[in-house]
Amino acid sequence: MSNANASTAAVAITGLRKSYGNNEVLKGIDLNVQPGEVIAIIGKSGSGKSTLLRCINGLETFQHGSLTVQGQPLVYDDPAAMRTLRQQVGMIFQSFNLFPHLTVGKNIQLAPGLVKQLPAAETEATARRLLARVGLAEKFDAFPDQLSGGQQQRVAIARALAMSPGILLCDEITSALDPELVGEVLAVVESLAQEGMTLLMVTHEMNFARKVSDRVVFMHQGLVHEQGAPAELFANPKTSELQQFLSSLH
Amino acid sequence: MVEFSLWDIVSNLLLAARWTLVLSLIAFVGGGLVGLALLVARTTHNRSLQQAVAVYVQVFQGTPLLMQLFLAYFGMAMLGVETSAWTAAAVALTLYSSAFLAEIWHGCVKSIGKGQWEAAQSLALNFGEQLRYVIFPQAARIAVAPTVGFLVQVVKGTALASVIGFVELTKAGTMITNATFKPFVVYSCVAVLYFLICYPISLYARSLEGRFHVQR
Repeated sequence: MSNANASTAAVAITGLRKSYGNNEVLKGIDLNVQPGEVIAIIGKSGSGKSTLLRCINGLETFQHGSLTVQGQPLVYDDPAAMRTLRQQVGMIFQSFNLFPHLTVGKNIQLAPGLVKQLPAAETEATARRLLARVGLAEKFDAFPDQLSGGQQQRVAIARALAMSPGILLCDEITSALDPELVGEVLAVVESLAQEGMTLLMVTHEMNFARKVSDRVVFMHQGLVHEQGAPAELFANPKTSELQQFLSSLH
Repeated sequence: MVEFSLWDIVSNLLLAARWTLVLSLIAFVGGGLVGLALLVARTTHNRSLQQAVAVYVQVFQGTPLLMQLFLAYFGMAMLGVETSAWTAAAVALTLYSSAFLAEIWHGCVKSIGKGQWEAAQSLALNFGEQLRYVIFPQAARIAVAPTVGFLVQVVKGTALASVIGFVELTKAGTMITNATFKPFVVYSCVAVLYFLICYPISLYARSLEGRFHVQR
């Protein structure tokens, strides 16, 4: 990627290294993500793909390298800068992480009310609109534990969207779901991709990655081992590691 | 010799029981406020703050309340602060309660899954908002039963304030015994009064626990 691209990138990662103690899990990642790009990150467990994703919104700290989001460098020890950055970057988790003590509506309204200081009438209207969009309009007053896993994950997506982020991080968001519930969540993600949301998703759903993403990034042992357009990458994997990984899925 | 009826004994004990209640209330409210501050300090990511709170908690949990009362009473006098038994007892019991409550509540906060913190952080909530809107409401539900249970300990702990001359239920019992020479009757009445204070609190704790299990 050229420098011209880096300056306009939604996310620009250069030489990023992260270790837990002596165990280096990310060994120098370079990755630029353009606005509107949909990136699928694949790889074996332990390859560092979730860790990389969590570095982008500062849930993990890294020791070396740089990471900018929409041109702004990530600074951990500046709470104000982190607050600004996290408004730009939404995240959806494998385990949903809805707030169990709040209704679905309040889950979605909480952050816009607190962080963006929007009036309750406005956050409620937004929450209802987003719930309708993920097909859960009638669940506004329900509590999370009254919903199925797929419904909870769709609420989590609506909650992230309520902050109108420019970038959405999806960390294995269908891995905790029963197979029959995966489709409803992926359908929502696909519609987001079509609307031009910048998406970075760690996923094990290869068919979905192939269908929706603009670029697939294969991670292996803490490095971006191979990347490319999905049609090309899945059809003609260049490295033996990717060939092995893809064949192990069948 | 003057004869004391049972009612004489009970009525005087009841008057003294007021001070047991007031002292308990002060210790509990004061301890709750200090304990909350300690809890926030312990929950931050600041290592030295966390350690300071841990030491504080260990000191108050690792020494007898009786010693803390003595130290508050005589120590404050040595520092030149004019202390009544009242102030000393209120201060000692407040500090004692704060250490225990901070520890109880810290356990409740720790039982909230990491995912809740991460979700709140990802939504750009600052540390205070994460605590106030996401973590504490969930921790509070778990904390109700042990907290009210600890209130019973505080009520009984106020009995020790009698040794520094604070006239509450136990001290009154001793004084009445000295006048009536009926220790068994008097202390039985004292015990019954403590029970009448503590038992409803325990019942309340149980009902709260039930209620929070139904609600979310």
